[in-house]
Amino acid sequence: MDKPIMTGSLESSDCLITLYETDTPIIEVDTIVHDAFHDHILHLIKDVLKHYDLEHLSVRIQDKGALDYAIKARLKAAIEIYEDDSNG
Amino acid sequence: MKHFDALDKLLDALPLENGLSISFHHHLRDGDGVINPVLRALKKRDIKDMHLYVSSIFPSYKAIKELMESGHIKDITTNYMNGPVAQAISQNGLKGTLKMQSHGGRARAFIEGENKVDIAFIAAPAVSRQGDITGAVGKNSFGSIGYACEDARHASLKVAITDTFRDDFTPQIKGELVDYVLEVDSIGDVARMASGTLKITKDPLGLKIARETMQFLTAIKAIKQDVSFQSGAGGVSLSITKMFNDYLKRHALQASFYSGGITGVHVDALEKGLVRDLYDVQCFDRAAAKSLFVNAHHHFMCASDYANPNNEKRIIKALDIVILGASEIDLDFNVNVTTDSYNTLIGGSGGHSDTAEDAKLSIIVSPLLRARTVLIKDRVNTITTQGRFVDVLITERGIAINPLRTDLIEAIKGSDLNVMSIEELQKKAYNLTGIPKSKNHKLSAIGIVENRHGDAQDTLYKKE
Repeated sequence: MDKPIMTGSLESSDCLITLYETDTPIIEVDTIVHDAFHDHILHLIKDVLKHYDLEHLSVRIQDKGALDYAIKARLKAAIEIYEDDSNG
Repeated sequence: MKHFDALDKLLDALPLENGLSISFHHHLRDGDGVINPVLRALKKRDIKDMHLYVSSIFPSYKAIKELMESGHIKDITTNYMNGPVAQAISQNGLKGTLKMQSHGGRARAFIEGENKVDIAFIAAPAVSRQGDITGAVGKNSFGSIGYACEDARHASLKVAITDTFRDDFTPQIKGELVDYVLEVDSIGDVARMASGTLKITKDPLGLKIARETMQFLTAIKAIKQDVSFQSGAGGVSLSITKMFNDYLKRHALQASFYSGGITGVHVDALEKGLVRDLYDVQCFDRAAAKSLFVNAHHHFMCASDYANPNNEKRIIKALDIVILGASEIDLDFNVNVTTDSYNTLIGGSGGHSDTAEDAKLSIIVSPLLRARTVLIKDRVNTITTQGRFVDVLITERGIAINPLRTDLIEAIKGSDLNVMSIEELQKKAYNLTGIPKSKNHKLSAIGIVENRHGDAQDTLYKKE
C-alpha cells in the first residue's frame, strides 16, 4: 500500500476510516459516543479485519455517531480498495 | 427620574457594593448590546460576588464568563443558557450556585420576593419623557418585553437603557416604575435577534415527525373550533404550526389563541383569520415584532400573565395543546432540555415545564436517534419537566402515550397510528444502535433546577 486509504466522511452519523500499514498494527477509535460505544466499535473493527484476514493492517476511525451498518460499510469499502490495489 | 448620557455617570449615581444583585432580560437574544458593557463596567469598578439574574443566556453574552472567572459574578439565576457561558459553567461551576428556573417560575419568584434584585438594567427599544418603556418601536424594536415586567416592578432600582426617545406609544412598562434612564448609541443589533433555528424544517425526518403529530392530533379530534395552541421556534415546532394553520384553513376553523414566543408563522395565521388572538411574551423574529405594533389582536403579555403558576389569570391555564422538544426523555416521561447526558448545560426550561404542566395536552416531538444517541433513557440526566405533565412522545419511528393518559390511549384505538409503549420504542432504537454503556458522572454539584412553584426539583453537576 503506497498511501493510506480513506473512506467515509466527518458528517454527523457517518465516520471517516483510514486504513494503513505499520510495523505493529494499531486500531485507534475516536468517537463522539466514547463513553457509550468506544469498546463496542473497537471490537467491531477487529471482527471485520479478522473476517478478511487482514489483522496486520492499522485502522483509524473518526466516528460521528455512525451506526454499525455504516461503520462496517465504510471499513469494507476501504478493504475493497486495498484488495484491488494489492491485486492490481 | 434621572437621565444620564453615559454609563459611567449612571454607575456613579448607583449604590454599588460587593454582593450586588442585578437583572437583565434576553429579548434581543444574540443581538443584545447592554449586558456585556454593563457587566464589564461593573467589573472595572471591582464589584465582587454579584448575583446575576438574567432571564436567559445566549452565546454572545461573553462578559458573564469573564466576570465568573474574575470572581465578580458569584451566583447566577436564569431560565435558559447555551454557548460559551454554559460550557464554562458546566466545566467549572460557579463560585456560588446556579439556579435554573422556568419563565413562569422566575416571574413568580420576583413577585413573591425570592428573586431579590437590587438593580434591574432593562434594555428598552423606546422610552418616553415619562420613562414609559416599549419594545414595539425604536430602531432596535424587538417587540414584546414580557420577560422584563417583573424586574421592573420588583427590583429596588430600575434603569431603562435606550437608544430611542419617543412619546407616541402605548407603554409595555409604566414610567412610574423607572428610576433612571440611560441614553446610549445602541442597545444592540436587532437584526441578530432571530437565530438560525427559526426556519421551517426541510429535514425529511423533521417533516415526518411534524406530519405524525398532525395525524395524532386529528385522530384524537383535538383540533376543534376555538382550540388554543402553543409551539416553540424550533424547525419541527414551526413546521407543525404551519401544518396546524393549514388544517384550520382547510376545515374552516378558527383557533382562539396562540401563546408564548411568537414568530411570523403565528402572525400569518392571525392575519388570515385562522386564530383570533396572539398572546406574545417574546417575539422570535422581526415579523412578530412588527405585527405586535400593527395588529390589534396581537397582544403583549408579561411573563407573570403568561405562566406564573400563582396567577389564576395566566394565559396558559387555558391552553389546550402545547408542542415541546426534548434533549432526553425517560421511561417515566420525564423530560430533560437542560443538559446533555454528560452534564453540559445546553438549554433550560424556558416555558417548557410551565406549559407542560398547564396545557391539557403536552406533546414532545423529537428524533428518536441523534446520530448514535438514543432519545429515550432509563432515567434522564436532569429533570426539567416531570413526566406526570408529559402526555405524548412523537418520534419518526413511533408514538408513545403516557400510561397515565388512559383517555388518549382509548381515543386512538382503531387508528392506524404507530403507537407503542415507551419501552418498546426505546428497544426499537437500541436495535439500531446497540445498548449504550452508561457512566454516571455525578460527582460535584454546581446548582439546582427549581420547578415553577419554587421547589428544588433536581441537582446540576459539573461535567467530569
